Amino acid sequence: MRTLPFLVISLVIAGLVFAAALAIGNEYIFFAGYVVLQYIVLSTAWNILGGYCGYVNFGTGAFFALGAYSTVAIYNFIGKNELPHVIPMPVLMLVGGVVSGIVGFGMGYLTLRLRGAFFSIATLALAVVLQTLVINWDFVGGSRGAYILRPESVPLLGSYIRYLFLAMLLLAVGSLVIARLIERSRLGYGMTTIRDDELAAEASGVPTLRVKLIATTISGALMGMAGAPFPYYIGYLQPDSTFALDYAINAIAMPLIGGTSTWVGPLIGAVLLDSLQQLITVTISSAVNLLIVGCLLVAFVILAPNGIVGLFRKYFRHKHDDFVGRHRTALDEPGSVPAAGAAPE
Amino acid sequence: MIFSFDLLINAVVSGILIGGFYAAMASGVSLSFGILDIVNIAHPAFIILGSYAAYTFNHAFGFDPILVSIVMLPAFYILGAGIYQIYYVAFEKRGQESLRGLAFFFGLLFITEVALVLYFGVDYRDVEAWYIGPTWHLGDVDVPLRIAVPCMVSLLLIAALQLLLGRTFIGRAIMAVAQDQLALRLMAVNPIRIKRIAFAISIATASLAGAFLIIIQPVEPSVGRDYIGRIFAICVLGGMGSLPGTVIASMLIGVVESLTSTFYGPSWAPAVSFGFLLLTLAVRPAGLLGR
Repeated sequence: MRTLPFLVISLVIAGLVFAAALAIGNEYIFFAGYVVLQYIVLSTAWNILGGYCGYVNFGTGAFFALGAYSTVAIYNFIGKNELPHVIPMPVLMLVGGVVSGIVGFGMGYLTLRLRGAFFSIATLALAVVLQTLVINWDFVGGSRGAYILRPESVPLLGSYIRYLFLAMLLLAVGSLVIARLIERSRLGYGMTTIRDDELAAEASGVPTLRVKLIATTISGALMGMAGAPFPYYIGYLQPDSTFALDYAINAIAMPLIGGTSTWVGPLIGAVLLDSLQQLITVTISSAVNLLIVGCLLVAFVILAPNGIVGLFRKYFRHKHDDFVGRHRTALDEPGSVPAAGAAPE
Repeated sequence: MIFSFDLLINAVVSGILIGGFYAAMASGVSLSFGILDIVNIAHPAFIILGSYAAYTFNHAFGFDPILVSIVMLPAFYILGAGIYQIYYVAFEKRGQESLRGLAFFFGLLFITEVALVLYFGVDYRDVEAWYIGPTWHLGDVDVPLRIAVPCMVSLLLIAALQLLLGRTFIGRAIMAVAQDQLALRLMAVNPIRIKRIAFAISIATASLAGAFLIIIQPVEPSVGRDYIGRIFAICVLGGMGSLPGTVIASMLIGVVESLTSTFYGPSWAPAVSFGFLLLTLAVRPAGLLGR
């Protein structure tokens, strides 16, 4: 499928989702749905670097928080200077995306020339440092946190949460389209070769550093964009919870559970895992919910390394092999197909 | 900001003492990450596990926390051996250690942490021992024993590890496994077994480091996160797999952090280790004493 029809179909599906949420008529649907959408964006963004390139980013929380604090900075700037009008959400998202993208680029430039592990560790430390900076920066509230007043209502839509939901829905569609576009482009093939064998990629003429930097920048920017509306959603932003590692584990677990090699994986992972989390948080507790995410992550990386998408593929290939297999085993390499088909779990 | 010589000397001394304690935390990672190339980011979680082990026995029976942690060494060793076995079968054997191995350890970090939260709650816990209250005064310099004792034991631990690595057969085999697994196999040594032993030792150090941590500061399950960046910064700065380098780097970071928090305020201290990490990665990725 070309990109344009895909975009149109995604928008139609997004429209149906929004209409369905409106039809249910319960505001809670928007609050819960917003979080699911936010994780679709975060896990898709993580997957562009992690799944396609094979570089693990533990700093999802940091990039997300950068976006959120850009919004707070703009909000406070407007408040201090008594500027009258409210900045529209797409502009805030853009600013958050640019800030996070720049930071992602800078950090990638310093660490991506080294082995992958160093990059991962640097992203872990980045979260700590950015948090230190924010805590010491009084303009955005410091360690006390920052309050954001949500406008009461929006024309046409009604409540503000619907507006946020819609913005996040469009961002989710956008990030899925970007991920899919990358996956099928020269850039995406470059990323895949880096993941499989960086040395071989370099030797075959893939500009590895440039490709990795592009991936880090896009991934960071999308995470920042997902963070930009967050202050309006939560109302009170506090450094400890905004920079939390919880975002990182979710953004890693969702693609790995869904499947990292395609754009569908993070989508499936985010929808399933976050719906489950919402359910557990409401019924049991939020600590148990993180425990389950951790256990699922470990179980999936050990037992189903290619995620749900991989399980599906295996299942269908298995059937396919059984169907065509008889001809092939008889004709060319006897033994090879049954071996592949009967591969142990 | 009033600058005084007293303040400076005290900051440097407490930095060195804290650095000695950092060295105990980082030595395990230095073994697993530096020598075996296993990026065990769950190490701080095992340290916290060690803290809670020390707390449990100290609280129930009044045993000395360091003594408890020494007795617990075999338990942590077995835990480490088990984890390596899973890691080897699920990731190293399939050649998937880079992405999924990292995710595996990240998952372990959360599982350990949340399990501790569910069992012990999120209250801060501390231990009791004779050296926790008093402070020695050497002239103008204050030496709080609650930091000095862990520092001393930690240096002993590292000396023991260094002897083990340099003088014993197992230790030399561990150093060899980092360089050439095939050569080791030709010497009729099973590299997987050697790696399992080395990783188990690295987790065992977490038992001691955990006891030191809870002696120095009250502990709740998620404090380990604050140390992830610091521990890895120390390892990279010291030079991968070099224990003397780890000690020097720990003390350096300890002193700079202590100076930062004395003269600029404690809220800036966490940024120090990251600054060092980035600087090292950009200027000298091999670290101070790297091979």
